[in-house]
Amino acid sequence: MAIRERLSGNEAVATAMKQINPDTVAAYPITPSTEVPQYFSNFVANGSVTTEFIPVESEHSAMSACIGAAAAGGRVMSATSSQGLALMFEMLYIASGMRLPLTLICGNRALSAPLNIHNDHSDSMGVRDSGFIQLYCENNQEAYDNTIMAVKIAERAKLPVMVCYDGFITSHSVENIMLMENDEVKKFVGEYTPSEYLLDEARNISMGPLALQKDYFKFKVELAQAMTKSKDIILDVAEEFYQITGRKYELYEKYRMDDAELGIIVLNSTAGTVKDTVDKLRNKGIKAGVIKPRVFRPLPYLELTNDLKNLNALAIMDKCDSVNGYSAPLFSEITSAMYTASLNVPTVNYIYGLGGCDVRESDIVEVYNNLEKIAKNKKIDKVTHYLGLQD
Amino acid sequence: MAYNLKEVVKKESRLVSGHRMCAGCGAPPAVRGVLSALKEEDNAVVAVATGCLEVSTCIYPYTAWNNVSFIHTAFECAAATLSGAERTYKALKNSGRLSKDKVTKFIAFGGDGGTLDIGFQSLSGAMERGHDITYVCYDNGAYMNTGTQRSSSTPHFADTTTSPAGKVIPGKTQQRKDLTEIMVKHNIPYVAQTALFGNLKDLYEKSEKAIYTEGPTYMSVFAPCPRGWGYPTDDLMEIEKLAVNTCFWPLYEVENGKYKVTYKPANKLPIEEFLKTQKRFRHMFQEGNEWMIKELQEEIDKKWNYLLMMEEVTNK
Repeated sequence: MAIRERLSGNEAVATAMKQINPDTVAAYPITPSTEVPQYFSNFVANGSVTTEFIPVESEHSAMSACIGAAAAGGRVMSATSSQGLALMFEMLYIASGMRLPLTLICGNRALSAPLNIHNDHSDSMGVRDSGFIQLYCENNQEAYDNTIMAVKIAERAKLPVMVCYDGFITSHSVENIMLMENDEVKKFVGEYTPSEYLLDEARNISMGPLALQKDYFKFKVELAQAMTKSKDIILDVAEEFYQITGRKYELYEKYRMDDAELGIIVLNSTAGTVKDTVDKLRNKGIKAGVIKPRVFRPLPYLELTNDLKNLNALAIMDKCDSVNGYSAPLFSEITSAMYTASLNVPTVNYIYGLGGCDVRESDIVEVYNNLEKIAKNKKIDKVTHYLGLQD
Repeated sequence: MAYNLKEVVKKESRLVSGHRMCAGCGAPPAVRGVLSALKEEDNAVVAVATGCLEVSTCIYPYTAWNNVSFIHTAFECAAATLSGAERTYKALKNSGRLSKDKVTKFIAFGGDGGTLDIGFQSLSGAMERGHDITYVCYDNGAYMNTGTQRSSSTPHFADTTTSPAGKVIPGKTQQRKDLTEIMVKHNIPYVAQTALFGNLKDLYEKSEKAIYTEGPTYMSVFAPCPRGWGYPTDDLMEIEKLAVNTCFWPLYEVENGKYKVTYKPANKLPIEEFLKTQKRFRHMFQEGNEWMIKELQEEIDKKWNYLLMMEEVTNK
């Protein structure tokens, strides 16, 4: 029996962690994900989990301790945001390079400078090439569901997984969500039995060697292949999850895309605003649609391009900037995929909401208005737009 | 059991030959010495910070680590990495996934770079959190893996590639950071400073205490580097002896706050005896540089007297 609850995004994720009852959690507080280790410490203090909680002195040590814990053979989780994720950067590559299946919660927040605690995606996009599977969440329900699925995905793919949801907008907003029963979660994630780990009583192993050129290259290709293959694992786990909960997850969500002529691709909570806007535009006869990627790593480039081919114009919205004199990451990667698929849909990039600037329906209408113009003229005005920038 | 070198060397070594550390380096005998204090029936997880020891002992697909599990992650986080493994050991033990009667100990090794400098925060955090781990610094007083750059453990006036003895600046202009004392201030149950001295009794006994004392323990082992210090490889043990007998490297331990100087030279030698064995101090013997030797001698005497005073005060 599912349980209806009113929870913030952070509470929902912490609840998922409680139900998962990992062996080890190491974390360092940072806004807006602080509440996750906070709630979790309470679970530990009150005995509702048997997890060893390590209140480390930095995020670098958080990820290092998680790596040590996962290498030792434990099921491991952590949570962070922004500067914390940036401080972990070095260790993220080591977690994936050592093929350790840990789960990292990321309450998305802007990166300094200037200091800003509000939501954008600069943090997780900044580590997009770290070898972590990245799952993005629109709301509290998705944050809860993806956290539970992440554990299973990580262990099957032997890759670390990052679950990303919007700081404050999702992390602190309270919504009604459906929880699984404790036993259902326990059964769903199952027992973790690593194939190789430091504490294996049958044999000692060495982990984290120096690898010279040929071996290094080989390991990196194996990592890349594991990332490619993880797509099927993610879909399998989603199917198993659907069987239990009735909630369906795919690589990305399509909303009113079947006959859409004007499309937007957008991550996380803003997808909710875009969906509402699409409904209103549809009422006016405008054929608008939206795609919300759930899985950004691995990038579902073949599937995506196939779903974009009937569009007359497309806007890819990034809540971060690559500061590369060109465009932002989601745009760059998806347009690159379109090029290799010989798909020539006029496409523009909208960079929006940096440092947590609100994105309103009127902003989204502005994007669709521009897409209408682009569709009519069959060419784009300019590649990169900054949306909602105020004087 | 009283220490017996002949018996100890019969134990199966946990760091075996085939590694690529230099001849005359103090680190491998230090590591073997520390690990020899493990009971033969006990296992260990060894975490090593990036550095000479790591890049020379575990080159894929080989490992020189024997009868222990080994992990290396990065330069500055051996202590944090090990703390994760240690807590997971508890979790797996508590949930019955590891057998009750088998014991695994957790030991980290780092050079002075990975310990005193870049790894300082990670070490301090792990010690403060009270993990049941032993952290061992093999201290060779510079970043040797990258080619002898200064560290905060480089002795005053030593010539390194980033504190070169030049015409204007006479080598390293700062004194050593005293990490052993900083570790004492973490109020951990056991802190020790040791060296490859004599029949290795001091190293063995301190290692045994460090490994088998419950809670976080720290040891600093004097580990000369022939390339960085400039000495013939077979002088290793002689240099260790001179470091101890000049009191450049005092042997002592602090057990629950009580200091014990474990070796007091009957004839404390002048620091020149130690300095003259190594090229890194060569410039200190040039005419006009006598003040350097004098200043360093004063620093050494001050520390030695401090230790004797602490021994007296804390054992009252």
